[in-house]
Amino acid sequence: MSLKKISKDQPEKFEFDQQSLEAAKKILSNYPKGKEKSAVMALLYIAQRQNNNWIPLSAIKYIAKFLNMPYIKVYEVATFYSMYNLSPVGNFHVQICTTTPCMIRGAYKIVDICKKKISEKENVLSENGNCSWTEVECLGACISAPMMQINNDYYEDLDIKQSEKIIDEVLMGKKPKPGSYRGRINSEPENNRKTLLDLKNA
Amino acid sequence: MLKDEDRIFKNLYNDLGADLNSSKKRGDWVNTKDLCEKGRNWIIDEVKKSELRGRGGAGFPTGLKWSFAPKEVGSRPHYLVINADESEPGTCKDRDILRFEPHKLLEGCLIAAYAVNSHKCYIYLRGEYYNEGVELQKAIDEAYKDNLIGKNASGTGWDLDIYIHYGAGAYICGEETALLESIEGNKGQPRLKPPFPALVGLYGCPTIVNNVETVSVVPTILRKGSKWFASLGKPKNTGTKIFCISGNVNKPCNVEEEMGIPLKDLIDAHAGGVVGGWENLQAVIPGGSSMPLLNKEISEKITMDFDSLVENKSGLGTAGIVVINKDQDIIKCFARIARFYKHESCGQCTPCREGSGWMWRILERMAKGEASREEVEMLFDVTKQIEGHTICAFGEGSAWPVQGLLRNFKKEIIKRNNFDPLIKSNKDIPYLVDQHLLEKDNAQNKS
Repeated sequence: MSLKKISKDQPEKFEFDQQSLEAAKKILSNYPKGKEKSAVMALLYIAQRQNNNWIPLSAIKYIAKFLNMPYIKVYEVATFYSMYNLSPVGNFHVQICTTTPCMIRGAYKIVDICKKKISEKENVLSENGNCSWTEVECLGACISAPMMQINNDYYEDLDIKQSEKIIDEVLMGKKPKPGSYRGRINSEPENNRKTLLDLKNA
Repeated sequence: MLKDEDRIFKNLYNDLGADLNSSKKRGDWVNTKDLCEKGRNWIIDEVKKSELRGRGGAGFPTGLKWSFAPKEVGSRPHYLVINADESEPGTCKDRDILRFEPHKLLEGCLIAAYAVNSHKCYIYLRGEYYNEGVELQKAIDEAYKDNLIGKNASGTGWDLDIYIHYGAGAYICGEETALLESIEGNKGQPRLKPPFPALVGLYGCPTIVNNVETVSVVPTILRKGSKWFASLGKPKNTGTKIFCISGNVNKPCNVEEEMGIPLKDLIDAHAGGVVGGWENLQAVIPGGSSMPLLNKEISEKITMDFDSLVENKSGLGTAGIVVINKDQDIIKCFARIARFYKHESCGQCTPCREGSGWMWRILERMAKGEASREEVEMLFDVTKQIEGHTICAFGEGSAWPVQGLLRNFKKEIIKRNNFDPLIKSNKDIPYLVDQHLLEKDNAQNKS
């Protein structure tokens, strides 16, 4: 269970736009008749995408009506899962994995950079309102530690210098190139590959 | 070292491309129809004979699990659910299968769905793997277009639809019943077992839940034969496995190797050795953060398979190996793991909800040297209160790493935390009631 802060500034109304509505209908068709409730997670994502990467309470109400669910049931789902943002985040939302495999390879140095450059506290917008950061639990890229996720992309094999560069770029509103920052190819051991060599050279 | 021809995931490093054509060149989807035509019993029998054990952590025999599904479809449809909610710290194997070998997974889905009489398959993908989901959806679309799945999938006469269901950052949804709750649109809190999902699962229907890697190896097993698979590894611990080696090694990597490979070989040959040399090794977590650590002596000679690790009071889990060298503060490392479990506890059972926070707070204080020596025993007692007293295995998963730490590093902990209890006058307070009174600030306020 993660602690969730719900924004004090709430828009009064929320409605799916045309694009979201189509996406929602497509998702609904994935589930059997009478089990529309299953789409609630996907619909929350759609709302989040439409509304600048956060979900206002009015969207939770809207989705509850849309799926014929009690409001509190949707609220329950929205507050249970950590990936739903219930207050505004920056256009670039930086998530740093600090679980042990990343920690022992220096993840907290990246946290320090974010504290210095973005905001002193987690989940607080940077001065230009462009960026926010948060510590998260394991993102499932342990062999590429330390790493961070910015919006949908993974930035892997980082060191201090490169992390600073990445954060500077997102603060200026540019999207840095995702992937490994040590030039390694996917999950292979760098310069130490002993398997599937004929395929590598093919 | 395993021969390259015996490796199942030839595209683990994406040398060849993940698209349908490249996958077909590697042998995926070649004779799926023939395999299915040999019948359900043959498929399940072959998987049983191969002694394949689930790759998601628990190591349950896959063939046996499949045989639990009702033989005939009654009034309720059957479901196949693939667990791609990979979030065990130290583990990142499924990510590479989803990115680079999606067609192995999809073909496995068809065969598994055929074997357990299911027309619908949901792949529960962790929400953070957005880009991997895009790749997987691309593969699904390709497969539909080529009529490999969908109506009369691959000409087998069997209809199969595959959907992706995105999770949203809850570790507990990797537990199979929590995962089903999550697909049903609830918060992910595990269900009591029995009834097991094979009889009462998704929407109350018979459901088989398998890990990505488990399902992905099935087509190759059927093609090359169960004998081939069973000849690799050790009896009851057969086949190959993707190992993720992370932490303080020189070349962290994923690699597919034979079950039962010595841990030292994995670290030295594939991962380029421990940072600072083998002598600098402090401990190894062998199977994702839930599994108790191995000390240096055991790490030196242990082989990586389910049974050997259980004999050494640990487990293979997901085969996510985290190497910790002597430059690290071992107590701090485990305090961070305890924080992970505190964060991810679903809050349903009291021992886990409260206990995981307890363990975290005590370990944080121990890392700073602020705990009293009596608390070492207390911490062990707390782990025992959690273990075995919760609905799902999360309780064990959070308690075992702490127990492993206490078993192997008790001396270090006591050396750093050698105080007498902070407040002697309140010593008789039963700790399960008023833990906060023992904390420094509160204690000072009180006196």
